[in-house]
Amino acid sequence: MRRLITEVGEWFDRRLQLAAPIREAAEHPVPRSTASWFYVFGSAALTVFLLQLVTGILLALIYVPSASEAWSSLQALNHDVTLGWFIRAMHGWGSNFMVAIVLIHMVQVFLFGAYKFPRELTWIVGVFLLLMTLGMAFTGQVLRFDQDAYWGLGIGASIASRVPIAGPMIVKLMLGGPTIAGATLSRFFALHVFVIPGMLIGFVCLHLLMVLKLGINEWPMPGRLVKKTTYVTEYHELTKRNGAPFVPYAVWKDLFFAAFILLAIAACAVYFGPFGPTGRPDPTIIQTVPKPDYFFLWLYALLSLLPPSMETPALLIGPVVVIIGLLLLPFLSGEGEKSWRRRPIAVLTVLLIAITLGTFTHLAGFTPWSPHMNAWSGDPVPEQFLHGSTAIERQGALVFQVKQCRNCHSLGESGGQRGPALDTVAVRLTQDQLIRQVIQGGGNMPAYGKNLSPAETTALVAFLETLHPRGQAPARDAARDIALSEDKDQRHGAPR
Amino acid sequence: MSNENTISRRGLFMKLGILFNGLVATALAVPILRFLLSSVSRGRASAYLSWVPLGHVSEFPEGETRLASFRNPYVTPTDGKTADTACWVRRVEGDQFQVFAVNCAHLGCPVRWFPQSGLFMCPCHGGAYYRDGSRASGPPERGLFEYPYKVQDGLVTIQAGELPTPGSPTASLFGKKPPCAG
Repeated sequence: MRRLITEVGEWFDRRLQLAAPIREAAEHPVPRSTASWFYVFGSAALTVFLLQLVTGILLALIYVPSASEAWSSLQALNHDVTLGWFIRAMHGWGSNFMVAIVLIHMVQVFLFGAYKFPRELTWIVGVFLLLMTLGMAFTGQVLRFDQDAYWGLGIGASIASRVPIAGPMIVKLMLGGPTIAGATLSRFFALHVFVIPGMLIGFVCLHLLMVLKLGINEWPMPGRLVKKTTYVTEYHELTKRNGAPFVPYAVWKDLFFAAFILLAIAACAVYFGPFGPTGRPDPTIIQTVPKPDYFFLWLYALLSLLPPSMETPALLIGPVVVIIGLLLLPFLSGEGEKSWRRRPIAVLTVLLIAITLGTFTHLAGFTPWSPHMNAWSGDPVPEQFLHGSTAIERQGALVFQVKQCRNCHSLGESGGQRGPALDTVAVRLTQDQLIRQVIQGGGNMPAYGKNLSPAETTALVAFLETLHPRGQAPARDAARDIALSEDKDQRHGAPR
Repeated sequence: MSNENTISRRGLFMKLGILFNGLVATALAVPILRFLLSSVSRGRASAYLSWVPLGHVSEFPEGETRLASFRNPYVTPTDGKTADTACWVRRVEGDQFQVFAVNCAHLGCPVRWFPQSGLFMCPCHGGAYYRDGSRASGPPERGLFEYPYKVQDGLVTIQAGELPTPGSPTASLFGKKPPCAG
């Protein structure tokens, strides 16, 4: 039996002649220091990519890329097709893991100085791989053709339309027509299934080829500087002196981690299930709060928090600057120190970016900038604010709810967070200031002058004036008190 | 053969072959590019825009703002429900209307009308507009997009067909400045 296998193998290899180069690639010596758990993220990204290819092809067996059918075919996958939900969940979670692993891989490569000479091009190809991964994540979200996808495309079109001069053309090119419709889904399907994966496969092969040809980056030692003139000989000496064949010396950690990641994706898929689809993509249903997928939440937060005047430049110039910066990195610091221990600015940059993105993502989780659309009808006025109140104050509380003030202002920690909480507003603003603020708005608050009758305003302000902690007096305009008392004195003809 | 100034027969044929392929590629590039850019070239000169009816005037009570929807003038067989578009119709008085796009002028999320406070609010980034469509607060840099309308034979008709976006010419053509509603 064994002889037969050998003979068949030899028959094929005489024709293919692949055994020798494969063996050479597998057994090429790598520095012993690289057989580390820090070096497993690249192969893990490749593993998840292969998983996405397989699960993607499986989904394509059922999915219909048509604006009229896509949503129903996803429902069929979720509910009718045996284990369709599981394949969808694997593909969805695989996408999240893929972005995360690619980012971790990038941070590791950056901190270990692996982008320096002679691996500049490996880094540049890697930057394109990152962009394609993000492109896959966005186009994939569109293929889940639900309300989020529909309005998400609208946001994408609104951003694209801001490009000077070419904006409207880019929008039509992106949507495949004047509106988000059938042609839009078809072209995002082509991008997600043919164009970007095709480029990804090509770029992944290039990336791997360069890792093989140039050798894996050695573990950075503080003080061991990269010089273009000596690096290659030093690296070969290192692998000769202290190297080991990649298979099996280092590969076992990659294998273990790959299996672990696949298991983790499957566990998330089983436990959390597939993503959506949310509501049917019907543009006439506007009771929806569109939100992007996890890895674009930071952008969603940024777009709410940027000052309006800075938004368009930030949206159009920001990405270009970031991408050019990433592409130029290996040329700006292609030599010198590799170890993160002696590159404090590199470490701080990574930390700063991570904290910034983390904070924005966290904020996007509860969107303090969005009005709570149902707070006015859903959130009760807490009891303590009504206790012992007069009829006009209660009427004011009613105005407060009915006029949707609650959608932006919280009371007792429920309600919108767009404007300040009003639990103690009477301490901050006097009666006159309250009236002015309600009627004229300002400071990002709409003016309500046209929508409140004088009686409603009086009642509302009477209620707002009760909003102060017990034992703390509400703000008052001392000058007004004097003026009023003088007025009173004069009327009563009292001597000054 | 080895003389640098002469060219070999095979060398010449190779160069001619490359030239031939280049010519064929250029010739093929023209239809391919025209196909790819068809959605852009067709959209020039507002070819996508037409007048579409929203409903009878009597469906829109005076002084109120109602949600209406219409079928896009340009549709393809696979559009499904996305062939429809919603819009907010405000009947000021008589035949005087304002028809707003549901898309927020910030990034296009659907705004909702709150008659009690007389505001349109956007659920995405917190934009708010007054009843006449002018900007009230939040990130939008302008008021709501307005469709040109006319009332013919008792029918409210609007000129629509393109997704209104902050940069689109339709956005600046009409409704740049919502008329002040007193």
